[in-house]
Amino acid sequence: MKYLGKKIITLIMTLFLVSAAAFLAFQIIPGDVVSSILGTEATPEREEALREELGFNDPPLVRYGNWVAGVLQGDLGVSYRYSKNMTEMMPVAELIGDKLPVTLWLAALSLALIVLVSIPLGVLWAKSRSHAVDAFFGVVTQMTMAVPSFFLGILVTWLFGILLKWFAPGGYVSYREDFTGFLGYLMFPAISIALPKIAMTARFLRNSMLTEMGSDYVRTARSKGCGEQRVMYGHVLRNAMMPVITFLGMIVAEIVAGSIVVEQVFGLPGIGRLLISSISTRDFPVVGILILYITFVVIFVYFLVDILYKVVDPRIS
Amino acid sequence: MKRSGKRWNKYLYAGVVMTGIAVLLGVVGFFWTPYSTTAMSASEKFSGPSLRHLFGTDNFGRDIFSRVMQGLGTTMVISSLVVLFSGMAGILLGAVTGYFGGVLDEAVMRITDALNGFPSILLTLVVISLLGSGRQNVIIAMSLVFTPSFIRIVRGEFIRLRDADYIRRARMMGVRKIRILFIHILPNIFSVFWVSVMIGFNNAILAESGMSYLGIGVQPPDASLGNMLSDAQGYLQSAPWCALAPGLTIVWLVLGFSLFSEGIRRQGDLA
Repeated sequence: MKYLGKKIITLIMTLFLVSAAAFLAFQIIPGDVVSSILGTEATPEREEALREELGFNDPPLVRYGNWVAGVLQGDLGVSYRYSKNMTEMMPVAELIGDKLPVTLWLAALSLALIVLVSIPLGVLWAKSRSHAVDAFFGVVTQMTMAVPSFFLGILVTWLFGILLKWFAPGGYVSYREDFTGFLGYLMFPAISIALPKIAMTARFLRNSMLTEMGSDYVRTARSKGCGEQRVMYGHVLRNAMMPVITFLGMIVAEIVAGSIVVEQVFGLPGIGRLLISSISTRDFPVVGILILYITFVVIFVYFLVDILYKVVDPRIS
Repeated sequence: MKRSGKRWNKYLYAGVVMTGIAVLLGVVGFFWTPYSTTAMSASEKFSGPSLRHLFGTDNFGRDIFSRVMQGLGTTMVISSLVVLFSGMAGILLGAVTGYFGGVLDEAVMRITDALNGFPSILLTLVVISLLGSGRQNVIIAMSLVFTPSFIRIVRGEFIRLRDADYIRRARMMGVRKIRILFIHILPNIFSVFWVSVMIGFNNAILAESGMSYLGIGVQPPDASLGNMLSDAQGYLQSAPWCALAPGLTIVWLVLGFSLFSEGIRRQGDLA
């Protein structure tokens, strides 16, 4: 319990620091954006009114307080670039709202693929005593790790979309219209994200298992008459999974980053694409919130990994 | 690899050949390309790979092989600058924090620890969103993002060496601190440092082409492997070579470099 408390305090501290940094970077440093919103022909009165409306006249600490309070209540501020209609500004929350599920589903599918494929693969690889299998996997993992995710995405589009015609490139369907069609289309970007990570995780698990297989407790298990299956899955795999859990935590962070690029390749309307377009148009409130959001996800995943670690190995304190 | 007459291992051999070809093409590309990289030709749009155009031509009839040469050069210059800047910053900060320790060390380590968990693409995007896009800003952003990993390596080595006998002796003899740091310790960490430079260079290539692909790195009409890929994506059906040429070039470069560094590592292990 003490462990959990300590971790939660660290989590809160980190979140606070990150939000302060994000606020400083995306709300204070960009300075006065009023003229860029209104254009050069606005009257000074109009500019002053907007400044007041956006809260630019308050001291930074008050602005930070308001911003955090707003974020906690779901008010994420307004976009400088997108507008709802002629008079209303577009709230960031609305802008993100229907893009978020796309990215989350993509991440979930990718992670599922990684876990489901890499673990059996790693076990098989560790169990194989054949030199040819070893060399083959070695070359394949080395190759996949050298392919950047966007090029992998293009290759997947070319192979499955154009040559094999398993899906229509650019034929994204919204999850609102046709959920299975949506997941079907998402499979291919998920494969592009997952493939290099599968190679890495399998390699990592295999190395971890090989280390465990040489240790004393495995010999003891064998000598007391444990079956090969039980030794492998009950003893070796369980211990070998420990570092893999930490590794998977890092992989989740990588998936989030990978989806930014892969969304662009497959034309998915997720938050990664929004982030890129907001960066190009210097739409700071949107960028700030998205960065904050992604950072929170990453920090939270690391937090979960810490907790999970404790569950798997009670010795950790 | 150094002086010994020992045979190169196969990793090193393959790595040197692959990297060598890429570097050669990139360097030559600065001075000469078979065709002008911007010359358009309406009659030769989308012609497939042939002897006349090794990698074919793109939607404007530009020679892809020439553009790949130019793009290779661009990517390698940017990556080298990034590794140079972040490597130097890493040496400076890592040396000072590792050797002296104290509050500065604590502060720098906290920051690098915090940044370490984050994917580098995300961090680069954060910096770029503040600086704006373009070639210089990508170099600045990536240098900033790559520095912590170098600090870590250098700091670790300085901590390992700061209490070595020969350093104690130098201190006792009253050698100036700056001389101890950079004349006595620094040369001894290079074997470890090189490996991280190689890894950094590979990551820089991937990050740079990623940024250019996303349209926030090198801007057209300048060719870079990343922006060629993003242009080519629209013609994947009719002219797949437009995408395959720059894409496979990136793979070639990255694979060559990782074989190279793996080769050096293994060769070092045996020595």
